[in-house]
Amino acid sequence: MSQIFHPSTNTISRASIFGAVFLVGGGLWMLQQVNRAPYVTQAFVTREQPVPFSHAHHVGGIGIDCRYCHTTVETSAFAGIPPTKTCMNCHAQLYNDSPTLEPVRASFRTGMPLVWTRVHDLPDFVYFDHSIHVNKGVACATCHGRVDRMALVWQESSLLMEWCVECHRHPEVAVGPRDQVTNPLAGAAAQHAAMRDGANLLKQYDVRTRTDCSTCHR
Amino acid sequence: MKTPGPDPRTGRRYWRGLEELAGTPEFRERLEREFPASASQFDDPVGRRRFLQLMGASMALAGLTACTRQPKETISPYTEAPETVIPGRPLQYATAVTLGGVATGVLVETHEGRPTRIDGNPDHPASLGAADVFTQAAILGLYDPDRSRTVSYLGEIRPWGDFPGIIREVMKAQAPRRGAGLRILTETVTSPTLAGQIRDFLSVYPEARWHQYEPVVRDNVHAGARLAFGEPVDSIYKLHEADVILSLDADFLAPGPGALPLIRQFAARRRPKPDEVAGMNRLYVAESTPSSTGAMADHRLRLRSGDVQALAVEIARQTGLWVGGGHAAPPATLAARAQRWVEAVAKDLLAHRGRSLVMAGTGQPPAVHAAAHAINDALGNTGRTVVHIEPVRAEPRPQVESLRELTGDMQAGRVDMLLILGGNPVFTAPADLSFGDAMQKVALRIHLADDEDETSAQCQWHIPRAHELESWSDARAHDGTVTIQQPMIEPLYGGRSAHELLAVLMDRTGKSAHDLVREHWIASAAAGQQGPGFEAWWRKCLHDGLVPGTASAPRRVTLRSDWAAALSETAPSVQAEGTFEIVFRPDPAVFDGRFANNGWLQELPRPITRLTWDNAAQVSPADAEALGLQNEDVITLRLDGRAVDAPVWIVPGHAKGSVTVHLGYGRRQSGRVGQDVGFDASALRTSSSPWFARGLTLESTGRTHRLACTQTHQSMEGRHHVRAATGAEYARDPECVRHMGEEPAADMTLYPPFAYEGHAWGMSIDLSSCVGCNACVIGCQSENNIPVVGKDQVLLGREMHWIRVDRYFEGDTDDPEYFNQPVPCMHCENAPCEPVCPVGATVHSSEGLNDMVYNRCVGTRYCSNNCPYKVRRFNFLLYQDWKTPSLQMLRNPDVTVRSRGVMEKCTYCVQRINQARIASQREDRPVRDGEIVTACQQACPAQAIVFGDINDPESLVSRRKAEPRNYGLLAELNTRPRTTYLATLRNPNPELEKD
Repeated sequence: MSQIFHPSTNTISRASIFGAVFLVGGGLWMLQQVNRAPYVTQAFVTREQPVPFSHAHHVGGIGIDCRYCHTTVETSAFAGIPPTKTCMNCHAQLYNDSPTLEPVRASFRTGMPLVWTRVHDLPDFVYFDHSIHVNKGVACATCHGRVDRMALVWQESSLLMEWCVECHRHPEVAVGPRDQVTNPLAGAAAQHAAMRDGANLLKQYDVRTRTDCSTCHR
Repeated sequence: MKTPGPDPRTGRRYWRGLEELAGTPEFRERLEREFPASASQFDDPVGRRRFLQLMGASMALAGLTACTRQPKETISPYTEAPETVIPGRPLQYATAVTLGGVATGVLVETHEGRPTRIDGNPDHPASLGAADVFTQAAILGLYDPDRSRTVSYLGEIRPWGDFPGIIREVMKAQAPRRGAGLRILTETVTSPTLAGQIRDFLSVYPEARWHQYEPVVRDNVHAGARLAFGEPVDSIYKLHEADVILSLDADFLAPGPGALPLIRQFAARRRPKPDEVAGMNRLYVAESTPSSTGAMADHRLRLRSGDVQALAVEIARQTGLWVGGGHAAPPATLAARAQRWVEAVAKDLLAHRGRSLVMAGTGQPPAVHAAAHAINDALGNTGRTVVHIEPVRAEPRPQVESLRELTGDMQAGRVDMLLILGGNPVFTAPADLSFGDAMQKVALRIHLADDEDETSAQCQWHIPRAHELESWSDARAHDGTVTIQQPMIEPLYGGRSAHELLAVLMDRTGKSAHDLVREHWIASAAAGQQGPGFEAWWRKCLHDGLVPGTASAPRRVTLRSDWAAALSETAPSVQAEGTFEIVFRPDPAVFDGRFANNGWLQELPRPITRLTWDNAAQVSPADAEALGLQNEDVITLRLDGRAVDAPVWIVPGHAKGSVTVHLGYGRRQSGRVGQDVGFDASALRTSSSPWFARGLTLESTGRTHRLACTQTHQSMEGRHHVRAATGAEYARDPECVRHMGEEPAADMTLYPPFAYEGHAWGMSIDLSSCVGCNACVIGCQSENNIPVVGKDQVLLGREMHWIRVDRYFEGDTDDPEYFNQPVPCMHCENAPCEPVCPVGATVHSSEGLNDMVYNRCVGTRYCSNNCPYKVRRFNFLLYQDWKTPSLQMLRNPDVTVRSRGVMEKCTYCVQRINQARIASQREDRPVRDGEIVTACQQACPAQAIVFGDINDPESLVSRRKAEPRNYGLLAELNTRPRTTYLATLRNPNPELEKD
């Protein structure tokens, strides 16, 4: 009786068993990469907004401090989206007939809010607090990037847990002088040894590694 | 498994329920399961095959779920930001929530204008910072999706604008008759503004009448005061001044108007240090139905409610008070045991002249109240442990009488328009008045109410009422202190307040409640606050939550010489053989039925019975045995030709020959929660005997009705968890509590010890002061977004409360002692749940919290299986309502709303810990002791729960844990619980201890 399987079957089966390991491994790796890709995390994706507000112009160009609009960043979990009134403080006088700003004027006239699209959106089981990060000397730019160069804002970081935990394990990489938190250059500078003075600031600001689950999840 | 025998160390034997004591096979089976009654297997039609299919599909999908993108979200900022609002940080506003017209001062937490939680106002005399179950659950009432939303006429939607026109016509017709055909029916009114408005109305229409009716009627209390003093004064008790307290069927520790300060005062004298034992108070309770108060008693005498009067007479006689002639010898109804009890109590009262107190229950006849006043007076307690004040309610007329008069007028056709401002009289009025039928003779019937209830169904006009958190008003506390109620939010459904309706009557349509309340106070503010100073005074009153100087003035009253006459006139008749006494009680959860549609309260295990979602005919074990009744048997209760079917619940310690039923159930027209839950006990209630009556007969029907009781759920396998000692034992040997159990040495572990540097959170629960009022359970539910699961799920043992109040019996089934034990997660340092979790979803934090990470949990339930305390709760189904918009507004935004398939449990309110830590670090200071208050601790009126840093030896929690009464629940398992207990202390009278 002749053999059912050709001798080459041996090689093929060995190769495919061996290959399957790589296939599965590769598949898992792919999945991880897809999960980290901007396609999923939405990093670097600019969002449509009701008014094409340019941080590049207002922060980079005019030099308005972050806290002029995001007033509660030092006192609350939520940094605060400015009320229409804040826009109108200037735009009642400046460009007060610009058609681009009509939604702002309409909002102020009618009392109906401007509806902004959220750019930085954490999952609902994560509780992030702006105030404590800012008070510990984590600069806005550390997480939000060079907002002063963004015409329309995008999310600079992945906002994945691994990204959060990186700093929570090694806070020295993110902590800078408190008085520089709103400096757009501070984020980049925090990586820069000359400015951050690492261990000293940690002690001065009583910064600890916080990796308990309940620090953020509750 | 054997049923537990007496503890060799204490000789006591604790048991949770009658099934356990009897050791029935059903009970054993239930014990051996983590979640009873097939909770762990599929027995629905879906079946095994389908299950495997679903599992396969979900496994395939599970890998992909990680790849979901965040959905698009939007942010709508203010157009002009209010000055005080910091988005992301809640604000608290002071206001008041009323029950039976009586206010409890509260602070309402609002998130960007959305009220989410009600806490007590520490400055308010009726709250002192605590809040009871009703007060806290009012927030769910605000967002109740079944509230009525529109004005309706004969069930058709009408615009509000139609209503004033109709009223104007009626008023025009009534003006020449001086309002003879007008009747206003309200609940108890304490609101100065509303009372002023009604009086103004009555001065314009002098022939009109104002009636008040409250189902939990306090007529007897007031009549008692009239009998004793000739005027209807209110009494304020000072329990902290009393060494000996005798309750004559008075359930003063149960949630109700004015109960919170009483609990605070009572509890303060129940937790002595070993050298302060002499300062403990002693509580004697004579009652029919085992109540929260009876559970705390040092000596409890079970006695039919109808026999309490005989007891009061006897106490009066033995305290040397009895003066009247012509009274019979000691009533035969008092058994020998009761006689001995009375002698000891009387002796104790006499030994504590001026430092004792006698209280009579709301349901007791006026004569008993008069006797209590007289005894207090004779003992010199008046002015020291009890103070009499001007009546707080605006109209002190007897209410049942008033309702009878109204019914008579309606029957006689003398009423043209009936305006019902709140309340549900068709459901709650005494059965013999046939209020609903009489009402049909009225041409125009208008009902202002929260939802379309039984009364609305019989009225042409239904006007949705603005919730107390939606409208301006004012109300007085039990001591008279006024709080101006301010709205937290615009009326969700355009509701109107009683003030606005009365303004319509007076042709002042369009006046807002704010204007009306303010006008009243502008007119009646004290001289110094008039004119330009008013605004500052008004704002201060609103800010503080009370109007200073409005507490009722104390009244000097003298006992009438003929106070005892009524005692002999109303001497109780002897109960006929084979008949029973029926006792009506307001339900500890749904009260008179007004909270029937409140899921939190319906699912709240009632004190003592641990029943949820039902009321029952409560009978004593002896009667049940004699009649061959078992739990859940349905019987027919028959009284004076009226009958109602009710399931039986056997309650250890219930008085023999007496049956207790709770009011507020059997709602025929309520919302999706409260409709047709339980039976309507008020069908047997008559105007002549609203609280107890004789001549009840019981008939078996042969049917059964399942009752959802949490009594034997989450069993702890019959170990001895409650430790109790008497004050004398404790003073003699402070270490006696420690000797009742074993605690392994700290180094009995294979792992190196973890040094908790920084904070180490811990909790201490004082069992001696816990009165089992359940305030912590609702406080937790409100804070932590805990869902309501429904009766079917409770029957499967799937209730979700993170803290439960276990109740243990000790001793004889006929006359047991009761012990309460609140059980939250223990946050064990050697937590058994942690090593068994395959996905690391429950892990320890560096501060000693047993963290539960919902987003990691895959729902194996191993942790719950391995938890010896059974405090973990699993979302078997999607219990949270994710769809109803109004309920979304209710949620605490600082706590994750859990989904199906996730384990959850007490977190020690980690959101509050984090907030306090962040706040302290923002200010560069350490967290102060007492800065973090858990929700259960905040609600607790007895201050039994204390939370804090056990690394700080000066913290309150450390000091409590250093007391020798401290012990860990199941500490012998070496779990090293962070939540520990202080053992119960009782203060029995040595004279009575002998039997």
